[in-house]
Amino acid sequence: MWEDYLFPTTVEQALAILRDHRGEARIIAGGTDLILELENGERATNCLVDITRIPGLDGIELQDGYITLGANVTHAQVADSTLIQERATALAEGCQQVGGPQIRNIATVVGNVVSSQPAADATLPLLALDAEAEIADEEGTKWHALGTLFEGPGSSRVDSTAQMVTRLRFLPLSARQGSAYERFARRRALALPILAGAVVVETDATGKVFEGVRISLGPVAPVPFRARRTEKALRGSSTDGASIATKVHTVLKEAKPRTSILRASMEYRRELLPVLLRRGITRALQRARG
Amino acid sequence: MKRKLEMDVNGKRIVLEVEASAMLVDVLRDQLGLTGTKVGCREGECGACTVLVDGMAVNSCLVPALKVRGRRVETIEGLASEGQLHPLQEAFVERGAVQCGYCTPGMIMAAKALLDKNPHPNREETKSGLSGNLCRCTGYSKIIEAVEQVAGFGEVE
Repeated sequence: MWEDYLFPTTVEQALAILRDHRGEARIIAGGTDLILELENGERATNCLVDITRIPGLDGIELQDGYITLGANVTHAQVADSTLIQERATALAEGCQQVGGPQIRNIATVVGNVVSSQPAADATLPLLALDAEAEIADEEGTKWHALGTLFEGPGSSRVDSTAQMVTRLRFLPLSARQGSAYERFARRRALALPILAGAVVVETDATGKVFEGVRISLGPVAPVPFRARRTEKALRGSSTDGASIATKVHTVLKEAKPRTSILRASMEYRRELLPVLLRRGITRALQRARG
Repeated sequence: MKRKLEMDVNGKRIVLEVEASAMLVDVLRDQLGLTGTKVGCREGECGACTVLVDGMAVNSCLVPALKVRGRRVETIEGLASEGQLHPLQEAFVERGAVQCGYCTPGMIMAAKALLDKNPHPNREETKSGLSGNLCRCTGYSKIIEAVEQVAGFGEVE
């Protein structure tokens, strides 16, 4: 398979290696998705550029009002982070449910984003948190809204033979905001989701009205999906359980799950969608109030 | 292309040449003769290949060997010391947590990583810590009992 395996010690060095190899070299961080793709021929490369020894990319920090995650931050680190558990709970919950412990120890959150799967467990919360990714390439570094990076299942706008994501950032949740991640799967570990979603809510001062609602879902589209119609239906509405139970059915007008031989039928997923949303919203609301 | 790999394996410094595309599980088994680590699925879905890298459980089938340059690797062979089995190995044997034995090295390494970080896990934490390891023989009960015995919860016979 690949002929060489290199360890740049800076981002600049990594980009220089990519440039010199002209498309024949590729970034690897944890590699748990990439190695499989290379082994089964979905992707090919001559040279892997391992970024995990570049200092300064493994931080989970609150800085200038943003929570930032470096490119080498693993799912295990996020799941264990008190900062993330308290200020972005849905992300800690999502990362905790990736694969199994061995995968979480080595797979990175940025890798989850770049893998571009519609139901990726770190990506969905990040999307609901309106996260941005900093992409570094020969032209410099630039922040991009996460939602602009997905072109299709397994297809990222990030070209890992010429670019690398160095960081992710999002605004931490604060008073009257809460979040939750919901996931249905056939087993509690090592199982791809039948349906998953992240919810971020904000209430008004009385706690009785939704001021803000952000919902991400997957797999209900070729890319990770923001349920904007449902968000709009909930915004300004009552946080009362009965009201939520009615409003969540809006999601069936915009999310289009399909039948998957491996995971579940379209009909089953359509039944599950409002349930998932109701549970996620209820838990997010508890946290907004708590 | 062959590249030099230096790493610590079970407390011993090892220097060897590996193919750039070699996976850690194959280097351990085929080049170092440490066949305790098993190949199950080669997809990171079964945990039979679990080893510890700097104390963390990983699926060695998915780790390029060169990735662990300079790191500390622990395999099942490193657990027994001076002819004495590690408490986890003792407990697995006593509790009947070994049937065909194929999942056992990976299971024990995952359990070791769990207990090294959390010496007294509750049952949910134990199950979660082992959730990356499949067993087709035992139905897991005896495995969980063995881990809980080492964690100080079970009865020691």
